[in-house]
Amino acid sequence: MTLLGQFALWAAFLLGLWAVAIGFSGRWRDRPELAATVVRSVYAVLGCLVVASLALWKGLVSHDFNIEYVAAYTSRNLPPYYVFSAFWAGQKGSLLFWAVVLSIFASLAQLLTPRRYADLMPYVAGVTSAVVAFFISVMLFGSNPFERLAFTPADGRGLNPQLQNVGMVIHPPMLYLGYISITIPFAFAIAALLSRRLDTGWIHAIRKWTLVSWLFLSIGITLGMWWAYVELGWGGYWAWDPVENASFLPWLTMTAFLHSVMIQEKRGMLKRWNLGLIVGTFLLSIFGTFITRSGVIASVHSFTQSNVGYFFLAFLVVVAVLSFTLLYTRWPLLEAEVRLESMLSREAAFLFNNLLLVGIAFSVLWGTLFPILSEAVRGTKITVGPPFFNRVNVPLGLLLLGLTGIGPLIAWRKASPANLRRQFIGPIASGSVTLVALLAAGVRDMYAVMAIALAGFVAGTITQEFYRGVRARRRMHGESVPVAFLRLIERNRRRYGGYIVHAGILIYFVAFAGMAFKVEREATLKPGESVELRSPFGHTYRFTHVGISQYEALNRVVSAATVQVSIDGKPAGLLTSEKRQHVDSFKRPTFEPSTEVGIRSGLREDLYMVFAGAVDGTEEAVYRFNVNPLVWWVWFGGFVLAFGGIVTMWPGGGPTMARSRPAQGGYGVSLVGAGKE
Amino acid sequence: MKAGHKFLLGAALIVGSVGFLIGEGVKETGVYFLTPAELAAKTAADPTFVENVGFKVGAKVVPGSVRRDNATRTIDFKVSDGVKTYPVTYRGLVPDTFTDANDIEVVVEGRLGRDGVIRATDVLAKCGSRYEAVPKA
Repeated sequence: MTLLGQFALWAAFLLGLWAVAIGFSGRWRDRPELAATVVRSVYAVLGCLVVASLALWKGLVSHDFNIEYVAAYTSRNLPPYYVFSAFWAGQKGSLLFWAVVLSIFASLAQLLTPRRYADLMPYVAGVTSAVVAFFISVMLFGSNPFERLAFTPADGRGLNPQLQNVGMVIHPPMLYLGYISITIPFAFAIAALLSRRLDTGWIHAIRKWTLVSWLFLSIGITLGMWWAYVELGWGGYWAWDPVENASFLPWLTMTAFLHSVMIQEKRGMLKRWNLGLIVGTFLLSIFGTFITRSGVIASVHSFTQSNVGYFFLAFLVVVAVLSFTLLYTRWPLLEAEVRLESMLSREAAFLFNNLLLVGIAFSVLWGTLFPILSEAVRGTKITVGPPFFNRVNVPLGLLLLGLTGIGPLIAWRKASPANLRRQFIGPIASGSVTLVALLAAGVRDMYAVMAIALAGFVAGTITQEFYRGVRARRRMHGESVPVAFLRLIERNRRRYGGYIVHAGILIYFVAFAGMAFKVEREATLKPGESVELRSPFGHTYRFTHVGISQYEALNRVVSAATVQVSIDGKPAGLLTSEKRQHVDSFKRPTFEPSTEVGIRSGLREDLYMVFAGAVDGTEEAVYRFNVNPLVWWVWFGGFVLAFGGIVTMWPGGGPTMARSRPAQGGYGVSLVGAGKE
Repeated sequence: MKAGHKFLLGAALIVGSVGFLIGEGVKETGVYFLTPAELAAKTAADPTFVENVGFKVGAKVVPGSVRRDNATRTIDFKVSDGVKTYPVTYRGLVPDTFTDANDIEVVVEGRLGRDGVIRATDVLAKCGSRYEAVPKA
């Protein structure tokens, strides 16, 4: 099977190179049959990569430990779904996963893009094929998943215990899908530049794609937080680790793009900026892969260090130079059609939103790279950690949250004082009430108070928008409230889906603010001994150590420590945390011991317990207990955000609908109605 | 004043504050990342470094040097880069990857005491290919 896989990779590589050569040459312009072959080779590459993937899966499922990758990431006693997901658990397999998924996206882009963009498509095929061919070349020349060992081990090493988690089965592919799908908008941007078709056409063609990649990145990042929370055992979900930052960076610039693109559609401004953002987002996604794989920066989530990182570095440099050179040569074609008319306009609010998002991205990038930068410039390595990122990003994040509430309230072009008064009274009242309530409740952490009060303001904005929309529909169509509500969203998905996303964002902010109040305590307890912890919501938790039990499971030996929890004196059940030593089918230990935390999740606070070990083989246990406020709301916020994203991109609400029904003043999708409100 | 100029003013304000926050942040929260040999050189060149300046040291754990006291949750060990060796003491929970085996790389954050022992406030352990975060003490 490896021979077949290997052959399929080479075939895909050569076909890809051919598509690149013809696609970029532009010689297909007056030869439609040549253009057709470029597009067909995209599908052919996909076919080859599917064959290669099936070959690898076959190796995994049949436990062919002579294949290095299979031996390194699976074992006979690994549950079947982890054998399946081992496909992307390691470096080599994830490269193949990346290539095949990109290939699927590239084919979908060819299939689904309307005919009117036909003259862009061979260029798009050229760009996507170049990226696919790059990934295949990394496999062929650096990190081959089909590499065989000189001998056949009796059993494999098994999957790292921290990756044996449902979150890990879906979190990396989600992030990959996000990273990978960025390639499609990037390909269209380059195609538009190459063909000099620099009207808003390419932007309409990629609208869904940008939403898709933004949505996958959002889901991937949230699942990553969840994985870190339940598996890494340090008590939180975001540590500003380089790999976390690497996933956050393209999300930031993509979010900026989703907003700034509306200005280009409505007002014909920001053409250069938008192209820059798309190219930047793509570069950041490659940069993220580089950091994750090269080991140049120490991280919790890193893959094995390998030379593969330098393939990515080289690719990053080449793509950056070529893209920005291309952008530079087309600079004069990208003149803005109008100028900014007033600071009190939605354009201005969006411009500041973009500056803030890019500013945050810049500071995160700077902090992540600082050890390398400081060593290069001053000869001493200086690192910055979570205190740096919080110090810089909390104030910027709060400004951004404020703009989330302001942007939708201001009219395009120029807002009148009357308009401002009418729009702002409700939200400001809602924010002020929240502020007073917080202060009255005795909350004194300044940033937390500001975050929640601003969230109250944004909630006011969103509610007001929905309320006015529903009222207008009721007046015009005489619909009942629920019907009006649903039709409102359905008829203007981009605008109201966007508001739902904003609601998700403000839930995130409130949840993040909650972590300012977490409490924790370490304790060494004999059976029967207990320790108390007072939570920020005023409850007293008492943890009484019950004992430690030991047992063997399918692929591990487990020590489980259990405590009895009581809340304000009332018993509230048991909580267990485990120390696991994973073993292979011959009972030999694999990997270091790992910890399975005990979590009791609630709407207001989570109990989070880590069993750190027993004292010298006795039942005396070392514990850490945390009370983490509002963590549940992070997951809920992620759900709301994803739901809003899906509403926004749900098929059917496209340009045709907008043409018949000019948007109602806001984010509306509009080709013809631009600038009317 | 034209809208464009006003916007530029606002933009300059944002860019300026991002720059300011980054600069201040690095100055206030940045810590040296040193090897034991570099740490020795630093303390020799600047005696006030001892007890006053926080830093991170990246080195290997000396095999067999780890003493754990689970009852008080204290752990003592030695780190070395082959040139210099420093004893470390840490109170708190260490990550799962911190073991007595060979080739465990650690990043120790803390300060150097007058007795030449590093008082760690945080320990990261890297094993094989992975770093793992440690709970804060």
